[in-house]
This record gives sequence, structure tokens and C-alpha cells, in this order.
Amino acid sequence: MATVSNEYIINADEVIQRAGERGESDFLINKKKEALEIIENLEMPKPDKTNIKRWDFFTMAEPVVDSSVYNSLDELPETVKGLLDIENTKNIYVQHNNTPAYLQVDEKLQDKGVVIENIVEATHNHPELVAKYFMTDGVKVDEHKLTAFHTAMLNGGLFVYVPEDVKIEDPVQMVVLHDDEKASLVNHVLVVADKGSEVTYVENYLSNVEQTNEQINIVSEVLALDNAKITYGAVDVLAEGMTGYINRRGVAANDARIDWALGLMSDSNLINDNTTYLMGDRSNSDMKTVTIGRGEQNQNVTTQIIHYGKDSNGHILKHGVMKDRATTIFNGVGYIKHGGTRSDAQQESRILMLSERARGDANPILLIDEDDVTAGHAASVGRVDPLQLFYLMSRGISRKEAERLVIHGFLDPVVRALPIESVKKQLKEIIELKVLSK
Amino acid sequence: MTSVLEIKNLHVEIDGKEILKGVDLTLKQGEIHAVMGPNGTGKSTLAQAIMGHPRYEVTQGEILLDGEDVLEMEVDERAQAGLFLGMQYPSEITGVTTSDFLRSAINSHREEGDEINLMQFIKKLDKNMEHLEIDQDMATRYLNEGFSGGEKKRNEILQLMMLEPKFGILDEIDSGLDIDALAVVSKGINKLRGEKFGSLIITHYQRLLNYIEPDFVHVMMRGKIVKSGGKELSERLETEGYDWIKEELGIDDVTVESDVK
Repeated sequence: MATVSNEYIINADEVIQRAGERGESDFLINKKKEALEIIENLEMPKPDKTNIKRWDFFTMAEPVVDSSVYNSLDELPETVKGLLDIENTKNIYVQHNNTPAYLQVDEKLQDKGVVIENIVEATHNHPELVAKYFMTDGVKVDEHKLTAFHTAMLNGGLFVYVPEDVKIEDPVQMVVLHDDEKASLVNHVLVVADKGSEVTYVENYLSNVEQTNEQINIVSEVLALDNAKITYGAVDVLAEGMTGYINRRGVAANDARIDWALGLMSDSNLINDNTTYLMGDRSNSDMKTVTIGRGEQNQNVTTQIIHYGKDSNGHILKHGVMKDRATTIFNGVGYIKHGGTRSDAQQESRILMLSERARGDANPILLIDEDDVTAGHAASVGRVDPLQLFYLMSRGISRKEAERLVIHGFLDPVVRALPIESVKKQLKEIIELKVLSK
Repeated sequence: MTSVLEIKNLHVEIDGKEILKGVDLTLKQGEIHAVMGPNGTGKSTLAQAIMGHPRYEVTQGEILLDGEDVLEMEVDERAQAGLFLGMQYPSEITGVTTSDFLRSAINSHREEGDEINLMQFIKKLDKNMEHLEIDQDMATRYLNEGFSGGEKKRNEILQLMMLEPKFGILDEIDSGLDIDALAVVSKGINKLRGEKFGSLIITHYQRLLNYIEPDFVHVMMRGKIVKSGGKELSERLETEGYDWIKEELGIDDVTVESDVK
């Protein structure tokens, strides 16, 4: 049976056969079957103001590639070590292309019932737990063609479960090293913080191939149950030539909090969808995003907070720097549904243009179905302020250095929010590289 | 060697409109000059033009620092040559702490590999902040962001004290300051006073000159220096205002615009 999807043919039988050969669980294989059955009839997503008709989201050289594993943190490549604070890292999962390559979890956490496992293995070891949360409350398989494609082709990812009232002090980190130009990343991350629990999760997608035409189709489901708190940090550095869809979705129950700090530093053409549903009363989300566009890169960064709960607070802060001929569309949506009384939806989107030929568009959208709420937005697209440069230069600082300071400063509010020092440092270095590169 | 800043027949335009119409002024290290005058006479333009503000175009004349052509220099080169402008409205720089900025600024005046030692820097910063009665937390706050008017002015003087330029040009550093803050800011400037520091203080009000005694006082009207003298000139302005000068010169309107009409 062959299923036609856009312009790409997925051989459904082969997908299922390969999944079986890799020893995937019945649960996962059934999900894949379900996705393959409906994919043909699903629409493509429609990211506002970005035309993706000519984007190829489907061509994959290989559904899965095999890569080496690491026996200890010492064996990791230097590029990965740079992301870690080796001595203090307690909980880490390293994925090498599509291969689960290293896992280390604090024993004390295991005793408390915390689960940190690669997603494929977790469907074997904790089938009921995974089944309860996998693509149910967060992202649905049938949302559109790309979520179905994601489910069908899923080839990596992580499952984190924090039981009731367990507070994990040390961050949980995932590093995905992409160094095979034939590898597509179809990663699924599922973070569940049960009632009253807390966790800080940080992920790094790091590609060091020069050129590739492979796919990125990443879905993160981040579920904070009653009174739980999740801090989610990410730094994406994926290669030019890749095409991607990255969906990071949060769902917060009563009194829960989900805070995001995302450094979108990829050189790929990407649709980034970061949406948080504030389902519960008194739930909160802070979403902070930075991005730098360069070359011919085309990005859509949609950030949404959708309020259902009363007294819920959603704050969006997005800063982007555009260089060369890069294009970025910033869509910010604060949506207070009927019943979200006394909720607060705020957003700020700013784009700094460093080139005449770059394009940036910041669209703040507030949708309010409830009377008793507060909401606000600020958006701007502009160039480096010549008066700021004059001020800095009047103290002896060179033009180049002054520009550098202004740009770092512009991105700093998000960089500062990243929860792991080594990751913060990495993001600063990447910003430095991307800003200074020609 | 005593440095000399010479301004000769300086003409400056903003957006095609001439503001300065031939200013002549010579400053030497060790001297404090006050430039006074009513609003709209070109005082701030003079300060901004010396530093190289991007909106101000010099159409005629020269600025020389020890014989070097300042107008040929980029803004940062002017600073490195020893000029400093304390601004009336300093920019807010998000994400850059006052302390990081100051260190970058100091190091920009030094050779690569000869950067200021961190301990040395902190010591100097602490000492100067104490002198200016500035809260310690200002060092870690973003430069000028959310600062009150008074804090911004103190921060300008802090920068002046940290950078120790040959010439400090202070553009209405007293505006918006209460008496206490004025005393503190003046204390900073007076500390620098000496053979190695010259200053051009631009002010509306004589009261600043009660704290910083000028060696020379100049009055600007219609984009020119129309009268120069010593301390006694500012004292007379304090009691009599500017009318007697206007009468002497036979003009009604002192502003630059008056000539355009």
C-alpha cells in the first residue's frame, strides 16, 4: 500500500515493517498505523503569513540511520561536551542522530519513580503511562499532515515523567547530535510533571553537517498537571538545507506553571510553533524566544498562549535579529477564551534589522472572548539606533563592538532566562558567531 | 605637555539648518570653561558637534586637539584621543550592565593585551561610586535603563571619572537635578580638576557655577559666542539676566531661528 502525501510517497508497509524490525512496541506501531491511515486526508498546517507550498517536509534519505553510542560522558565529541557541565551533570540523555547513545539518571530519582528514558524504550517499559499522555492532551496525531507524518516517522526522542510532589533539583538535559547528512530528526519529547512536581528540562539540537536536505519534524508535549512547574529551555542549532517543523506545546492545569526559554539558532527553513494552553485556573506561562536569521533563511515563529482558566497569566517575549536576506515572520497570539475571567495576556515582539535586504514582520494578535481581563501588546521592527551607537562610541568603543553590545543586549532578556549556565554560555557563543559572520 | 582643544570658526547644520555660525573657542587642560546662554542659542549643538553626533554636520571651520584634526576622526577615535561628552539625554542600553560597559570603555582606550585588571577595575569603580554616592547595585543594572534623571547624570559623571579624559564636555549636566544631586555631581567634577583635566560646562543656570568655579565664562546667542569673561560674568548674569547683553548687541531675539526668519 502506498500513501500519497503532498508530493512524497510514503510506503506505509515499509514504515511498519521497519518499525517492527527495530523492535518498536505494539503501542508505537499501532500509533504509526493510525497516522498512516489518515495522513492522506489531512491538510497541511497554515502558518500565518508564510507560504509553505514549495517547502519539502517529507523527503527523507533514510527513515532511521544507525550511529555510534557512547559509554561515558568522556567519550562524547567535544562539541557536545561544550554544552555540558560534565562534573555537575546528573541527568542526561544523548541522542546521536537517531540512536539513543547515552543515558545517565540520578539514582535517587529512579528510587522516587522518576522516568527518564528514550521514547521508544519508554513505550515498552511504561506502556500505560506513555499511552495516557502520548498525543492525547498535547498535540493530536490528526491535527494536520505534519503531525501525522511526525507520528508515522517518529525515530527518536525522550520521555520524562515526574511523579506527584517530586521536585527534581538538577536539570534534565537532552542533547541531540546531528552529524550524519542522511539523518532526519523526527523526535518526540514528552515531559509530564504530575501534581505538585517540578522539573527543569533543557534540550540542545546541534547539527554540525555542512549541507543536508533532510527533515526536522519535532514535537514536544509538555504537560504540567495541577500545581506542577516545568521550566523548559532549548537551543536549536540545525543545519542549512534542512526543512523543519518544530512544535513545542504546553498544557498547564490548575495552579501549574510552564516557562519557556527558546534559542532558535538554526540555519534551516523552519516553522516554529510554540503554543501553551492555560487550561487550569491560576495557571501561568512565560514564553521567551530569541532567533537570528541569516543567509536566505526563511522562518515562521508563532507563539501562542491560549487561556481557558480563570486568573491565568500568559506573557510572551520575542526578540529576533535579521541579517542578509533572511525572512522571519513573528506571530504572537494571546487568546483569552470565554470563562478566562481576570486573565492577563501580554506580549512583546521586537525585530532588529541588520540588513537592507532582510525581511521581518511582527504581528501581535489579541483575541479576547471575556470581559474582565487585562491584555497588552508591543511590537516593533527597526534598525540599530544610531544614538545608541553614538553614545557607546563616545566612550571609545568601536562601531563594531558597539553594534555587538547592542545586539547582545537586545537578545539578553531571553538568554538570561535559560536555566543551565553551560547552555546559556553556548547560546551566547552561537549568537556571537551568527552576528559576526558575514 | 598641556593639551589644547581649539575650535575655529565652527559652522554646524542640522537637517540643512545652520545652528552654529562661527564659534571660536580655545580650551587648555587645567581650565574650566562655562558656556551659558538662553535656550535655543546653540550651546548643546556645540557640545554634540565636538563629539561627532551623527545628526550634526560641520559645514565650515575646524576642531583641533593638540593640532590633530578632530573632524577627521570617528566618534570612538575622538574618545580615544581624550574627549568625553557627558550627555543631557544618555541612551538606555538594554542587556549591557553599567559595569560591563565601563570595562569595555576603559579597555577601548588601552592596547590589546593590556586590558585593565579586574580587581583594579572593581576598586576604582567602588571608589568612584562611593564618591558620587551611587548605590552599589547600579553597576549591575543595565546601562541607564530605568534610571531616574538624577541617576543618569551621576552615571555620566561616574563614566567621566572612570575614563579620566583630557577634556570633559558636559552638556547641561545640571538639568533636572535637585540641590543635593547637584552638589554630588559637582563634587565628582571638582575631584578631576587639575592640570590633566580641562572642561567645557554647558549650562542654563548660574547655580552649577556656585559649586564648580569656572576660569572662563562665555555667553552664546544666535549660534555664536557673543561675550567672554571670567567668573564675574556669570555672577552678573545671575543678578541681571541676559537683557544687558542683548542691549549691548542690539538684538531682541537671541535664538538661532531668529536669523532664519
